Formats: sequence, structure tokens, C-alpha cells
Amino acid sequence: MEFFKQSKTIGFMGKSKLAMIISIVLVLSSYGLLMTKGLNFGVDFAGGTIVQVQYEKTAPIDKMRTQLSSNEMFKGASITEFGSPDEVIIRLKTSSKDISKDVGDVTREALKGTGEFKIRRVDIVGPKVGNELREKGAMSLLLAMLGILIYVAFRFEWRFAVASIIALIHDVSIAMGALALTQIDVNLDVLAALLTILGYSLNDTIIVFDRIREGISDTKSLVLSDVIDESVTKTLSRTTLTSLTTFFVVLTLFMFGGEIIHSFGFTLLVGVVVGTYSSIFVASPILLWLGFDITSYHSKQAQKAIRNAEKEKMRAQFEQGTI
Amino acid sequence: MQRLLKSQKMLWHESTRMKLNFRIVIFTLAIAFGLFFSAPSLLNTEKGAKITLGLDLQGGLHMLLGVKTEEAVGSRMKSIAASVKHFTNHNDILLDTLKASEDEVKFSILDPDDAVVIDEMLKEVEGAQINHSGLNYAISLTPESVEATKKMAISQAIETIRNRLDQFGLAEPTVARQGTEKILVELPGIKTQEDEQRARELISRAAKLELIAVDEDRAMRVYNMTDAQAAQYGDVILEDNENPEVKYLLKEIPILDGGLLTNATVAFDQNNRPVINFALNSEGAQIFGDFTGKNVGKRMAIVLDGKVYSAPVINERIGGGHVQVSGNYSVNEANDLAIALRSGALLAPIYMMEKRSVGPSLGAESIRNSMVALMGGFVLVFIFMMVYYKMAGVIANIALVANLFIILAVMSLFGATLTLPGMAGIVLTVGMAVDANVIISERIRELLYEGKSLHKAIEEGYANAMRAILDANITTLIAAVVLYAYGTGAIKGFAITISIGILASMLTAILGTHGIYSSLEEKINKSKNPAFWFGISKKRLG
Repeated sequence: MEFFKQSKTIGFMGKSKLAMIISIVLVLSSYGLLMTKGLNFGVDFAGGTIVQVQYEKTAPIDKMRTQLSSNEMFKGASITEFGSPDEVIIRLKTSSKDISKDVGDVTREALKGTGEFKIRRVDIVGPKVGNELREKGAMSLLLAMLGILIYVAFRFEWRFAVASIIALIHDVSIAMGALALTQIDVNLDVLAALLTILGYSLNDTIIVFDRIREGISDTKSLVLSDVIDESVTKTLSRTTLTSLTTFFVVLTLFMFGGEIIHSFGFTLLVGVVVGTYSSIFVASPILLWLGFDITSYHSKQAQKAIRNAEKEKMRAQFEQGTI
Repeated sequence: MQRLLKSQKMLWHESTRMKLNFRIVIFTLAIAFGLFFSAPSLLNTEKGAKITLGLDLQGGLHMLLGVKTEEAVGSRMKSIAASVKHFTNHNDILLDTLKASEDEVKFSILDPDDAVVIDEMLKEVEGAQINHSGLNYAISLTPESVEATKKMAISQAIETIRNRLDQFGLAEPTVARQGTEKILVELPGIKTQEDEQRARELISRAAKLELIAVDEDRAMRVYNMTDAQAAQYGDVILEDNENPEVKYLLKEIPILDGGLLTNATVAFDQNNRPVINFALNSEGAQIFGDFTGKNVGKRMAIVLDGKVYSAPVINERIGGGHVQVSGNYSVNEANDLAIALRSGALLAPIYMMEKRSVGPSLGAESIRNSMVALMGGFVLVFIFMMVYYKMAGVIANIALVANLFIILAVMSLFGATLTLPGMAGIVLTVGMAVDANVIISERIRELLYEGKSLHKAIEEGYANAMRAILDANITTLIAAVVLYAYGTGAIKGFAITISIGILASMLTAILGTHGIYSSLEEKINKSKNPAFWFGISKKRLG
């Protein structure tokens, strides 16, 4: 079976202006969302408390509200359904430091008489730990990008590295915009998803860049946009296939993985789509605009080859003892 | 020269053939390794290294505790004051206003001649800074000693909590220092919330035992006194353990504290109610004997964690250092209390910084959900690869299965922890590992269309794809390593499975499938049916 006959090169770069407009609109509106609505930090980063309660039958949310409201500890608590009608999450902005009697114990007592229930999860994150996790989280995103930047610059050329990092920032920005739009709880697992997007989207970009690198060395054409079009077309079937399989895998995770990894799955879902798009329509055109020049690349490569040849010669002479 | 070239060429040929065999052998070994070491985890055998399930999957309690180290300094001052008091009582030295504050002990002597004896005694106090002017003394700790006391409080807390949990009888408790001043406590095997609360109470119990004299001169006025007024007389007001309405006026500086305790056991009194017997060491017994001998007819309070458990009248001098604490507790409570007393008091109170507790039913549900996602994703990819690439897809699928086993095997072997995000990582690895085979298969197809021979198409396909796959995998690995370094608990599990998955995929998806193609090469050539092997159209092949 084949989806792509790739008999003809597709003119991707001709559409790059349109793509750029779309990207800029998406990124800007993401920043707009981040600034107005902001990210909805969950307990991991904001600190606070989560109590997950499961009832034998449908959870009596109204009754729970009235019973909990009489307790000082649950002031300002939000009580919402979680995944199914018999499961409820109680969220608190506060976190108690008491070890011997914690919020789970208090909840158990406060909810007495609301029906048969089980407390299945209690997460308490103190403000200090929350701050620490947030700092570490931001740091890990930055470090990952820096590491990738260095690696790509080392393996390709600095313009490739810059282009791929811009594509990464583009992807992460849009994914974060989607998080702000949906107001999904941003917890540690979402951070993991964002880092996975970095890796994944870069995968796509690198596969395309690798072809461009190959195309540049092989082609007789000196027009970069033609080489890019050709390379993107050649990798199109791979890009689409891999994205599709990954997309479906993530989709099953999102749909069947359970409520707890729901936000993880959602972030990845957005990331897979945006990452695929960006490797074709963002990373490659930027390479073009950064003024990558095939002729100078060729001459640089030639010089490198000459240098290497000279080194080899020297070594050969050395080994033969002529020096 | 010509012959040399020729022989070199032959050598090269031979070496490639060697490599081909090499690949399939390694791949087979890898599969055997995967099957063998993942078996204990998959079949849940009794022997063999198994994957540890994270607390989010098996249920349990994870806590990060902080230590209020500054209070350790305060209690150090208090115990210095207690020893000064005992020393002066013992040597008939008269003191005026002995006071212990957060960071200082102050007192004055009445007779200047006593200064020599006092100075001599204070020299024995470790890490103390003594300020002596005229009749007034002020004792504080040197900054180094303050640091040391704080450090000591943390390591002592870790040791104490570990002791208590060991005696509590839970399976595999973890108590470890995290960072410089946090304590990580992980308790798998907690099944109910009641158990959890009991464990938490046991851990956090200060278990600070004090024997304190009742201030008999003012005891009658206790209900009309504020804390500040009591402090003026060097007293404190403490509540009764069972009835908070009942209050006692006690001397601020205890006669002795639990540090001098050697053992604590549960026994039953004549009414068959549990009581706790504890024994003092020789120094404690000496102090206790001295005090009871001198204070017959007065009351002495037994105070645990700031609550008065009983305040019996001293009938006679009590030697031997055996004391009994009665209280209205259940057998469980008495047992836990005895454990806490035996394992020693916490030098400083601890508090909750982070807690994650997952019930076993939620953990089981998470396992079920992620297994469904894993199987679903797996079947999807499996079918897709088979339909799209035919035999090439089947070969890729073999690699995928091998990859799964190897991930499980490596994790079992190193006793790595599988968490919920880790499960997600495995699911994701399925998607990513298959990517390498998509890239390779596409390359091979391309080369076949260009009219290359099968051998050339395979070799060049792998060579060309290799570079891209390597670069792509290394960048993902960079992200995973950063995640491991900066992630906590469950997230680390994600980084681990992703990393192992990527490394394993290099072995299975690249080396393994290459080996399979090489050994099947003749067969593929003979069949003259590339459509069956690579799922390509015959028409375009021409």
C-alpha cells in the first residue's frame, strides 16, 4: 500500500508565506491567551491540596458542598466531578502541614453521612515544594532546548539549529496556548508532555533537515527552495505515516488512559499535530530566510574535505616515517 | 598493488558478511535476554528480579517531610538548663532565675564563691559559648554548634522515623534524606486510610517524654493564670491528656527527659488496661532517685508531647529507674506509643511538605487503563504496519515486540520503578520505535524504485536512514535525560522508560530488522515479489 506516489515535487516553499501568517497568528493568540487567561497551574506547581473521593453510587455533590462548607479547612474548596459521576475531586488552594491528622482524615470525617465512599487519592503540595517544582520545570524546558540547540548546531550548521529551535518554541507556545484555552490543570505530567513534544517535534524536523542536508550535497540545483521542496516531498510519506501512527497511539492514551493522564494525553495530541506542521512549514522556511547559501556551504564542505585530506596525507607520511 | 586492492576488497566483502551474521545473532540474543529477564515480572514468578511498581500504580503513601530545625536548638537549651539545675541542686548551689529561651540559658548565682565550680561544670557542655559577668551567666551555642545541632536533628529524625517504621511492621518502607533538609518517606503496602493515618501519627509523634515537678506553691492558682504570668515564675501551664479542661502548673525546666530512657514496653494494670512501663539508664535513675527522695509528698507530672498523662504524689524515694505511664489508650495506641518512645524522641518537630497517597484500587485502575491504552496503541500500529508494508511491516512488528520485552527486562534487571507516566512512556515508545522502521522502509522503497538491486537498496537504505534516526533519537534522549535530572518521582519513571525504549529501539528496529533482511535476502530475491515483501506497486517498479 502507498499513500504518496511522490512522482512530482510539491511546492511547499511557495506556500510558506501563508503558513507563516497562520503560525504567527497562532503563536500570538497563544501568548494572548497565556497573558489573559493564563495557565491553570495544578497543585504540583501552585501548591495546594487534592482529595479524590469515589462513591459507591452517584456522588451527592450538593450534599458534599453543604457538609464541607461548615468546616473551616474547606473554605474556598472547589468540588467537581472527575471522569465519572461517582468520582469527585475536592481542590484546595491551601496545604496543611500537619502530619498526624491531614486533610484526608478530615474529609473522611466531614463527609460522614453522605453515602458509602472511599478516599482514593490525597495530594498535598506545600508552597515551598510547589515553587521548587515550578523553578525546576522551567529550568528543564530551557536546558533541554539548550542541549538540543548545541547538538543540532554541532551535527548540522548553526542556521539549522536556530531554525529548529524557533520551530520548537513555536510548538511549545501553541501547546501552552491550548492549555490556557482549555484551562486544563498544568501538573508535572503536562511538563513531561511538553518535553516529549520537544523531542518529538525535533525528530520530525531533523528527519526533514537530514534530507535537506543530503539534498544539498547531491543536487546540482543551487536554489535552496527547490532543494527544500524536493526533500520535504521525499520525506512527506514518512512524516505523515509516523505522525499518524503516533497520533493514534496518543489518541488511545488520551481516550482510554484514564482521567489521571488525560491532560498528559491532551498536551501530546496538540503537540503531535503542531510538531508535524512545524517541521514542514516553519523550520524549513526559516532556514531559507536565515540566508542559508548552497554555494558557500559547498565551498565550506570542500575546504573541510581538503583539510581532512591533508590531515590524512600528513598521517600517512608520518606513519611511513617520511616526516 | 592490484592484488593488494583485490585482497582488500575481498576482506571488505567478508567483513560485511560477518556483520550480517553478527546482527541476527545479537538480535536473537537480545530477544532471549528480553524474554528471560522480563519473565519474572510478566509471569509474577517467585524468583528473579522484578519491576517495582511505583506508588501511583500499587497504591501507597509518599511524603516529603521538613524538620523544624530551629526548635532543636531550643530543646538543646532546655536540656542544658536541666543539667545546670540538676548539678546545682546536687551540689547545694543556690541559683536565682534560671531561664531557658530559644537560643540562650540565663541564670545568676547568689554566692560568688560558687563561680569556680560552675565554670568547671560548664566547660563540660559541648559547643557552648559562656558569657560570665559578675554573678550572671548567659549560655548560648556557637554558630558551628547551632549548625551541627540542626544537622543532627535531621539525621536523628531520619534514623528515628526509620526505627519506628521498621518496628511498625510495614513492607519495604523507604526513609531517605532528600536534598539537604528534606526527608522522603515512602510506604507501599498501606491498604486503607486508617492504616495510613496510624502510620502518619507514629511518624510525626515527637515522643518527647518529660518528668516535671508540679509547682506546689502556686498550683491552686493555675486556673486564674495566663501563660505569661506563669512564665514569670518560671512555670508553664499544661493540659491533661484526657481532659483538656484540667490544667497543671509545672516547672518550666524538667527533672529529666526521654533522652535518658532505655526501654519502653506495653503492660497491663490491675484493671487490665494497657500501660507503658519504661526504664531509665543509670544517669536517669540517679536523677530520678535524687529528685523523688527530696520531694516526698509533692507531685511529679509525667508529660508526653506537652500533655500531662498523670501527676502522682511522690510517696517515697523511687530508685531503680522504673516508671509507669497510664493513660486511657487502646492497645494499638499503647503499642505505637511504646514504639515511638523506644525509638527515641524527635529532636525537632517535623511537618508535611508534600504528600501523595494513592489507594490500591485507584492504582489498579490506573494499571488497567494504561494497559488498555498500550494494547490499543500496539494493535493499531501492528495492523497498520502490516497492511501498509506487508512483510516489511511484519519484520518491523517483530522488532516492536522485542523492544517491549527488552524494556521490561532492563527495568526488571535494574529494579527500576514503573510509574503511571512510565506506562505512558512505554505507549509512546511504541509510536516512536516504529518510526525508525517507517524511515528505513521508505528509503528501501525509494531505492528499489530507482532500480537499485535488492542488496544495494537494503544496505543503502539502512546507511541513509541511520544518520537521521541517530540524530532524532539522540535529541529525544537529551530531552529525556534533562527530564530525569529535573523530574521527581513519577516523572522520573517516564524519563526512564523513554530512554530505555529509545536505546532498545536502536538494537531492535535498526540492527535487528537489518539482520532479518540480510538473512532473508536470498529468499526475497528468489521470490521476485517485492510487492509482498515491501508493499510496493509492481507497476512503478516497471
